[in-house]
Amino acid sequence: MTKPLETMKAMGQALIEASPQAHALGCELVSVDHAEAVLRLPYRKDLIGDPDTGVIAGGAVTTLLDHTLGQAVWASLPEYTPIATLDLRIDYMRPAEPGMAITAHAHCYKLTRTVAFVRATAHDGDPADPVATAQAAFMLTSSAPAARGAA
Amino acid sequence: MSDPAEDLKAVLARIPYARFLGVEAELHGDEMTAILPFSQHLIGNPSPAAIHGGVLGALMEITALAQLSITHGHARMPRVVDVTVQYLRSGKPLTTYARARIIRAGRRIANVHVECWQAERANPIASLHGHFLLSPKEEG
Repeated sequence: MTKPLETMKAMGQALIEASPQAHALGCELVSVDHAEAVLRLPYRKDLIGDPDTGVIAGGAVTTLLDHTLGQAVWASLPEYTPIATLDLRIDYMRPAEPGMAITAHAHCYKLTRTVAFVRATAHDGDPADPVATAQAAFMLTSSAPAARGAA
Repeated sequence: MSDPAEDLKAVLARIPYARFLGVEAELHGDEMTAILPFSQHLIGNPSPAAIHGGVLGALMEITALAQLSITHGHARMPRVVDVTVQYLRSGKPLTTYARARIIRAGRRIANVHVECWQAERANPIASLHGHFLLSPKEEG
């Protein structure tokens, strides 16, 4: 049986584009490795959240982080399992620089039979100066009778 | 005296990302309901089709920011400091609604709770609790 990570490496960008919202946002796959995923969101004017400053919307960064966190969970799983976000905490350190792409790096640091614990950081050029950090828990829904939580 | 409902429409129309998602809003007194009609591009996972968790988080962030603007009338949009999003049910391919409650607004920081739901108000699909910086200009 093919591990999710092998599928992700083989499918690459096509896997990101299989998600209509990730595709609409313009998310790009930078790299995947065991329990890790790096995605990038290029700057676009239609994603601006503050028209006075041109800063990208926090919500766009939220979706980038949520998606990257989910990819890191996938990359840690030994076999195909549906996952659902239970909770997601995001700290916004500073506004992203207008015009700059945002890169999110997520790491699934603990996997139990039912829950995956993941964290991520997002930066706009310098990984040491993040724009946001995130922490999330995902439920592995294979044994659940009904899907719960969001995609 | 300006019309608050028209002001709200103007605020949302000025935010490109709100247009990207397709967020609309209604105002009843000083309480806003954000409305996100379903659209194919909101889907996170195609099978089974579910609205992206990030979109629900984004909708609730916009709801909190807009409600703060309505209640406190700041010239500049507040800034998000942190949010915690709880996912309760899968977001089905339906219209999603969100409403915010300002728990406390101090001079600089506001604490806001938001819930979003679809067919039944009593069964929220997600909630958000967050802190927002009011008047971000002064903070630099």
